[in-house]
Amino acid sequence: MENPYLPYPVRIDKITVETEDRNLKTFHFVFLNPEDEAKFAYTPGQFAELSIAGKGEIPIGIASSPTEKGFVAFTVNKVGLVSSYLHNMKEGDVMGIRGPLGNWYPWHEMEGKNVVIVGGGFAFTTLRSSIIYMIHPENRPRFKDITVVYGARTPGMLLYKDELAAWEQRDDIHMHITVDGTNDPAWKYNIGFVPTITEQKITSADNAIAIVCGPPIMIRFTQPVLEKLGFPPERIILSLEMRMKCGIGMCGRCNIGDKYVCKDGPVFSLAQLKEMPPEY
Amino acid sequence: MTERVYTKEEWIRGLEGLREDYTLFVPVKDGDFHAFMPMNGEKVPDFDFQNTRLSPKSVIYPRSERLFEYILGNTDPEANILQESSKDFSPRAIVGIRPCDAQAFQIVRRNFDNPEYRDPWWVRHFESTTLVGLGCSEPCSTCFCTAVGGGPFHEDGLDALVFDLGERYLIKGLTDKGEAFLAKMNGGKPAGEAVLKAAEDLTASASQKITSSPPTDPLKEKKINDLFNAPFWEEVAFGCLNCGTFTYLCPTCWCFDVQDEVLGKEGDRIRNWDSCMFPLFTLHGSGHNPRDKKVQRVRQRFMHKLKYYVDKYDNGVQCSGCGRCVRYCPVNIDIRDVCERMNNY
Repeated sequence: MENPYLPYPVRIDKITVETEDRNLKTFHFVFLNPEDEAKFAYTPGQFAELSIAGKGEIPIGIASSPTEKGFVAFTVNKVGLVSSYLHNMKEGDVMGIRGPLGNWYPWHEMEGKNVVIVGGGFAFTTLRSSIIYMIHPENRPRFKDITVVYGARTPGMLLYKDELAAWEQRDDIHMHITVDGTNDPAWKYNIGFVPTITEQKITSADNAIAIVCGPPIMIRFTQPVLEKLGFPPERIILSLEMRMKCGIGMCGRCNIGDKYVCKDGPVFSLAQLKEMPPEY
Repeated sequence: MTERVYTKEEWIRGLEGLREDYTLFVPVKDGDFHAFMPMNGEKVPDFDFQNTRLSPKSVIYPRSERLFEYILGNTDPEANILQESSKDFSPRAIVGIRPCDAQAFQIVRRNFDNPEYRDPWWVRHFESTTLVGLGCSEPCSTCFCTAVGGGPFHEDGLDALVFDLGERYLIKGLTDKGEAFLAKMNGGKPAGEAVLKAAEDLTASASQKITSSPPTDPLKEKKINDLFNAPFWEEVAFGCLNCGTFTYLCPTCWCFDVQDEVLGKEGDRIRNWDSCMFPLFTLHGSGHNPRDKKVQRVRQRFMHKLKYYVDKYDNGVQCSGCGRCVRYCPVNIDIRDVCERMNNY
């Protein structure tokens, strides 16, 4: 019988420190058994359980894109037992990943539409996966305008800085990078909170779908901005987080009403969330 | 369908003879209460009981279960890679299980054995277990199985059913598993008309003894958000200690936690029963907790059993009416009252 709790063994191939506070690191994993990579076929928006023998598992969004072959990447904030241990692991160490788990962004619905991505802080991981996926030459013609608003507290807290700079140079994606504040005279992008910059830079909801990922406070203030722009709740897409164990809808803790964030989510439309109890 | 009659002595001898084919779990008097324990020659089965304090859910779903094993370190190429723990999935039988507790496995099965995922341990333990029920001639005042689609001699979910006819037992095979159990069991003789009639009468009189019956049909028509925002949750939760006792007694509570335990260079990944009554159940790494208040956890308990499950599976409530939570709640919170409040809201 297939065992959905058994992680695929992986080796840490590369570790990148992302932020100036060193609390966020990106881990590239390579499968020890090459055939496992094909079994781990994923879609942007999904997550996986990172498994460390002796410590446990943590659910983390997949930051790499299925168009990137040979590895999977996760950006992990150091908060608890497992993530703190992971932050002290080295390249070459062996651990496990289990997944892919959960649903994904509504790629089918997004085809032929303008895509607006609004991200804040370290919730940008599955959005990075989505951007890489969309701007891949094979996929780019499937989407119309792609506009990204991404903000962090300070320039040093932005994730994927090199990629952000590269995307800024492209003409097939509109980037609006912002920080809450900075005294860096060399800062050449926006200054202001994400909802404010969204209001300034996004001008239309016509034929558009918005994906929003960020801290609760950012989501709370971005939601009215998008609604004012004319985005109906069906076209505002959010990704949620919950404490999880099994990741397959069995252990019972990540429910919101009769939905499990791990299996029925983590991606929900605002229309769906309005029908669910506000318990998240 | 096989129907056989045993004297009570024959019945015990017959069970003794089955110990080669099955690990038998039988009710045994343990202090003031009964508990299901393996019949191993030392424990004397005692079928003169109303119900065990703990349900037999642990036979299929142990309180703590080792899932994986591993060695730690960085020299061995196998280190830090999880291996599934080996398990005994040889045939077992729970003899004397009450129909409500058997029904509970059907309720829980929808969680552990669904079209997307099958829990490999729960499913294999369940498939290797034969459920030989003992009908309830004398239900308790806290029993309400008839309100949730069951009954004191309800057959669904059982592989065989036993009727206590005073001096004798009548046993009916209900499934292939139950027939296989009967085929291996020595003794007994075919049941005659009079015995079958006596069993029928017993069934009818027992059902009439169950008087508490909050209807559960109205729950389906309610809206989740209406019930969620109802004002009575504060009242229900007022006396609650969040002790979690019901979650351990309840045959349909299935929530679990997964923990790693290490001794020296070896470790296990273990799952343990968990409880929605505890704040840690939902505490995020960030410190945020979507159910950090007692009233939210109490609401989760009843909403899960009486509304979320109803909506998710369209197959009744997540409760088999055994009444344990009613009997053992230290502050007398009664799921039947809460159900009525939900019905009437």
